[in-house]
Amino acid sequence: MSTNTAPAPGPDAALTDTGRIRVHKVDGMSRGQNILRYVVLFLGALLFLFPFYYMVIGSLQTKPDSTVAGAFPNPGNLTLENYADINGRINLLQGLVNSGIFAGGVILCTVVFGVLVGYALAQLQWRGRGVTFALALLVQVVPFQLLMIPLYVMIARDYGLADNYLGMILPFAINSTAVIIFRQYFLQIPKELFDAARIDGAGELRILRRIALPLVRPALLTVVLLTFIGPWNEFLWPFLITKEASLQPLAVSLANYLSNVAATAANPFGAILAGACVLAAPAVVLFILFQRHFVSSNIGSGVKG
Amino acid sequence: MSAPTVSSENVAPNPAATPSRPGGGGPRRNRRRQWLGKNPFGLVLSAPYLIFVLLVFAYPLVFAFYMSFHDYFFAAPGAVVDRPFVGLANFQEVLSDPAIIRSFGNVGIFLLINVPLTVVLSLVLATALNKALRFRTFLRVAFYVPYVTASVAVVGVWIFLFSGNGLVNQILGPLAPDPAWLINEQWAMPTIAIFVTWKGLGFFILLYLAALQNVSDELYEAAATDGAGKVRMFFSVTVPGVRPATVLVLLLATVTGANLFTEPYLLTGGGGPNGASSSPVLMMYQRGIEQGAPDIAAAIGVILVIGVLILAFIQRKLAGGDDS
Repeated sequence: MSTNTAPAPGPDAALTDTGRIRVHKVDGMSRGQNILRYVVLFLGALLFLFPFYYMVIGSLQTKPDSTVAGAFPNPGNLTLENYADINGRINLLQGLVNSGIFAGGVILCTVVFGVLVGYALAQLQWRGRGVTFALALLVQVVPFQLLMIPLYVMIARDYGLADNYLGMILPFAINSTAVIIFRQYFLQIPKELFDAARIDGAGELRILRRIALPLVRPALLTVVLLTFIGPWNEFLWPFLITKEASLQPLAVSLANYLSNVAATAANPFGAILAGACVLAAPAVVLFILFQRHFVSSNIGSGVKG
Repeated sequence: MSAPTVSSENVAPNPAATPSRPGGGGPRRNRRRQWLGKNPFGLVLSAPYLIFVLLVFAYPLVFAFYMSFHDYFFAAPGAVVDRPFVGLANFQEVLSDPAIIRSFGNVGIFLLINVPLTVVLSLVLATALNKALRFRTFLRVAFYVPYVTASVAVVGVWIFLFSGNGLVNQILGPLAPDPAWLINEQWAMPTIAIFVTWKGLGFFILLYLAALQNVSDELYEAAATDGAGKVRMFFSVTVPGVRPATVLVLLLATVTGANLFTEPYLLTGGGGPNGASSSPVLMMYQRGIEQGAPDIAAAIGVILVIGVLILAFIQRKLAGGDDS
């Protein structure tokens, strides 16, 4: 998104003196206040970004240097050794693949359920529609920690899905955010469009495939990106359900390394931070590339319902 | 919600023309319609989702309450064992366990720090960002990056930053707390609260940014005409204008706080020192899965959710967000 910078003097210059003062006041563009605004914003940005910068620097240091000087890159203390080190302890590629399968499965279920149910809720009249929508909202509201223990008993013990991708994905498959976003999206599309297709003799499946799905494409990317963050960063559930290292998502294997074996590495902090960079990179890169799709209104409607 | 009558009449006369439903005869179809609504296909589309909701939501929800009132223990799959109803015994055990009580107290400390800090900082930063014209994209990205990153990844940096001779203590010098932050009984929970605030702030800034778009410019203009300064405007126009968002932020921050697990598990090595940073969900994990008492864990979960509901109710009363 290209932000339009202020047309500095522009049209305002033509205004009378009094008019211009009023505009200044309303937009809050008095010089001192504007400087204060940017001081606050950049101070905030520094606090938000510094740990990430420090993560990258720390992952490249031969020896951990926690002095103030260590926050600046020192050519004599730089190495890629930590990445090799962490990769020797936990298989980074396998972890990334597992995280990818976990996130991919969740995204697939979320999008399929989201589109189908969102469309049915917004555009079709059927018995049970109100109950379905209420259920979708309830799923959003009831906290996961209440379900954690029963889900563990069911999925790991009764269904035998511990150390299984399906077991990881199942509890996250019914993410209602997508249902709510897609419903909102389909509500904006005039009903007449679908009714016209019905009059022309199109079957419901055909309407869904030829009209509803193409229309919803713009919302798809937002939902996919929003859904991706959840499972990619999730720790608690996959941690409970996977004990076998070869099946653990990267977040889980890195956390296990962090809490158990870090003490044995030559440079434990370097190795942890190297793993952290690998875990953080996909989400951060995707977010920066597609940041304009993280629009406030989408997320707001997803949360508020 | 009532169906638009025009369209229903439009479709009704020629149902047989629908090629995908050759068998739809007149009267039978009408009766089915009465039962299932105008477009029963909606139910077909929603059925897989509803089955999933029953399977991984409704059933576990009932199961959680069942467990908390029974002497539930792990048994081999398929084995028939007796799990007698024990009334409130599990709850009694939870409420008389000082470690669990302490974990609830810890979350209280956490919420007292995290929730006000989150509301104030995200509203101030969102207000500053809302009218900023330059570097907008950069600033937005900077604020949201912690939110999109895994806790597990940033926890590593925070341990490094807040360790005994970490960068934070190096800068503070003699002011640094003596057992370092995360191994200090007084500071462990506040450090976790600050970590979580930092990590989640981007999301709440986003919510406030959306809410600020709904505060009408005319209110600001009117306040400016009345000679209100910037600070005055913030308190008498912006703050009341975003009240519905504040109610939402309060609720979400409280729920997130009650869900606290990853941070005490990793930052303070499982709720240390001496349980000073344990959380109820951490206790659920330790009691339920490590020590094999899922009934106790389920009881903790039920108490926690009731606590969150009470807090949410109080917040709603205080913030008065009837229109959210």
